Amino acid sequence: MGWIILIVVVAILAIWYVSAYNGLIKTRTYVQESWSQIDVQLKRRNDLIPNLVSTTKGYANYEQGTLKKVVALRNQLTAIPADDHQKTMAVSNELSTTLRSLFALSENYPDLKANTQFTNLMEELTNTENKIAYSRQLYNSSVASMTVKIQSFPSNIVAKIHNFQGSEYLQVPEEEKTTPKVNFDDFK
Amino acid sequence: MLYEQIASNKRRTGYVMFGFGLLVLALGAALGDVFWSNWVSGTIIAAVVAGVYMAIMISQSTNVVMSMNHAKEITSVDQAPQLWHMIEDMALVGKVPMPRVFIIDDPSPNAFATGNDPAHAAVAVTTGIMDRLDREELEGVIGHEISHVRNYDIRLQTIALALSSAIGLLVSFANNWFWWGGSRRRSDDRDSGGNIIGLVISILLIILAPLAASIAQMALSRNREYLADASSVALTRNPQGLISALRKIDDSQPMRAADPNSSALYIGDPFKNKKKMGDLFATHPPIADRIARLEKM
Repeated sequence: MGWIILIVVVAILAIWYVSAYNGLIKTRTYVQESWSQIDVQLKRRNDLIPNLVSTTKGYANYEQGTLKKVVALRNQLTAIPADDHQKTMAVSNELSTTLRSLFALSENYPDLKANTQFTNLMEELTNTENKIAYSRQLYNSSVASMTVKIQSFPSNIVAKIHNFQGSEYLQVPEEEKTTPKVNFDDFK
Repeated sequence: MLYEQIASNKRRTGYVMFGFGLLVLALGAALGDVFWSNWVSGTIIAAVVAGVYMAIMISQSTNVVMSMNHAKEITSVDQAPQLWHMIEDMALVGKVPMPRVFIIDDPSPNAFATGNDPAHAAVAVTTGIMDRLDREELEGVIGHEISHVRNYDIRLQTIALALSSAIGLLVSFANNWFWWGGSRRRSDDRDSGGNIIGLVISILLIILAPLAASIAQMALSRNREYLADASSVALTRNPQGLISALRKIDDSQPMRAADPNSSALYIGDPFKNKKKMGDLFATHPPIADRIARLEKM
């Protein structure tokens, strides 16, 4: 009788261990996937910036200083090693801010705003910017759920044995920091 | 919380199907009793009508609802880049597949989502909403619709819509027969007092069934609107966008040709009913209440 109980206990522990391990792997995959989504958008933006330069070439007086800064930041971004997420996002945030001010300034150039090539490009860049922001949101929420798994008992035991490391949150630019508090408790 | 909501929606879809199913059968029995003095055949006809409706709706729900609302599908990003990109964004952050995209040619700003599950969902917006709302506002609206998709509200609504349409169809049968063939009852051989009571109950049922159907549909949709508003803000992190979108939707003319049965699907009441029938029949919570809740976030 005693050994049956022992076998059952061992089996339950083994099943728990495997499912805890798989859970950790899954959250880590989510984190990696959400990073690759950001990466796709960053590359896309890097590809769009030369178009921005060439489209605005005909408008000689169009914010040359800001445009130069955009190009410089873009080149800086491509030079950062692929696994340095924090630095990549820091430069990317700066690039986003600069691009946003460039868009705002385009209000002063009615000729440029009438150019459909430019407006299409604006839409493409805005879309990329938004997707970067939303993928970052997704990344941070996957990191949060991974952190919970790594730190909470009892899955932290499995995480320690297999040396799971949490990822760092990506920094959100200052102007986006005010997150509204959504309270779902009213809807029960 | 969200998972509870999804589970409760799936469960409620079951209840709704069961409750509506009973209502449809009772209605069929009543019709059969009134017109042919034979409740069995009425029940069978009702079961067949409702069964066919359900089968069509479940397999074709998106197309049926979209054509009832005169929505045209767009299939490439170039047809409406901004809209397409926003739906992509919200689907990304809401973790649902990219839904199909439809546009309704109507100057009144409005939008809805439909489908059986997130993998077969569709979002429709009016041309009015694209013209009048800026990017942040429209993003709030799309977030609201994507939340309906993710919470399985769309499935519940689709089934409720199918069943209330079936009831509507049965009742319109009944109306036709009243005028064209309804007098057969008089010449039959049953004339005891019990039958009068049965007749009254049957007629009451015929009158009340559509009412019950619409009340159920309304009650299903109201709390869901608050929840979808909140979920939208959780996606966009921007309550102001949705608040000013709701203001613009509220402050506009009714839609030209929305399908009355689908009105509960829309983000704002397409007919702009101003509480004439009381709160029980309102498909949508008052926009002022929704804004007040959003402002607290």
